[in-house]
Amino acid sequence: MTTSAMTHGAHGHDAGHSHDDHHHDTSSTTLFGFWVYLMTDCLLFASVFATYAVLFMNTAGGPSGHDIFELDYVLVETFALLFSSITYGFAMISGHKGNKQATLTWMMVTFALGAVFIGMEINEFHHLIAEGFGPDRSAFLTSFFSLVGMHGCHVTAGLIWMIVLMLEVKNRGLQPRTMTRLGCLSLFWHFLDIVWICVFTVVYLMGAV
Amino acid sequence: MSQHTPDAHADHGSVGSYVTGFILSVILTVIPFGLVMTEALDKVATIWIFVIMAIVQIAVHLKYFLHLSFVTEEGKLNTFTFLFSALIIVLVVGLSIWIIYASNAMMMG
Repeated sequence: MTTSAMTHGAHGHDAGHSHDDHHHDTSSTTLFGFWVYLMTDCLLFASVFATYAVLFMNTAGGPSGHDIFELDYVLVETFALLFSSITYGFAMISGHKGNKQATLTWMMVTFALGAVFIGMEINEFHHLIAEGFGPDRSAFLTSFFSLVGMHGCHVTAGLIWMIVLMLEVKNRGLQPRTMTRLGCLSLFWHFLDIVWICVFTVVYLMGAV
Repeated sequence: MSQHTPDAHADHGSVGSYVTGFILSVILTVIPFGLVMTEALDKVATIWIFVIMAIVQIAVHLKYFLHLSFVTEEGKLNTFTFLFSALIIVLVVGLSIWIIYASNAMMMG
């Protein structure tokens, strides 16, 4: 009895330190807490989507979505973000395997793809504003810039977070605490891709149809 | 015990599950974009297809990238939290649109 209890205890202790163990108490609580935060962020986006849905027809004599959206450009943006989702997934898999170099490489690829997305979005905004179709032109453009810009701000925050975590992985390796943080960023990054699905469907596709 | 192993593994995904999710997402992205660019169908049908494709793609992302599930304990917790948020979102967005468009119709009429 005592022996079996001790063996069990020793096994449990050993498992607690292996790379594969992500069912660590604090880790799963942190990830769940972060998930709850993301759900509140969902509500923030939902409110702005509702605002857009209410205002998008009020173009005040200015351009409508049909006039200003370039779908092939948006398709490239969409693919940049979609590719970044799978590369971040590969970074997480490498992380769980304990492969530090592969994790860093995949994170750099993800960062580059995210930067391409943000670069393209800033370029699109710049063009619109330069043509006189800035957020002050009409209610439609105000809600368009708010919605797409808010998503862009989130992606930018994700990119900054990614730099910080790349430095942490580089300097401290893949400790359980670092893995938890990578897990939170994973949730954040995939969540932003889901929001983008709603953005390109509701704003760009429905605007251009 | 042996039945737990694949679930625990699926919890943070494998290369295969990410690739599956990615390929499905590509298909579900290309179809609606293709429909708009080619103008193959009439407007109402196209919009309905957009909505269906978007919902399916969100489900694909939730399953393959965010690992929501009804099987694992953690997956369940996240799934039910998400479903509750989804309900609130439907209420916020759906009722806002309903109220504003109904009052707009009344003002015009």
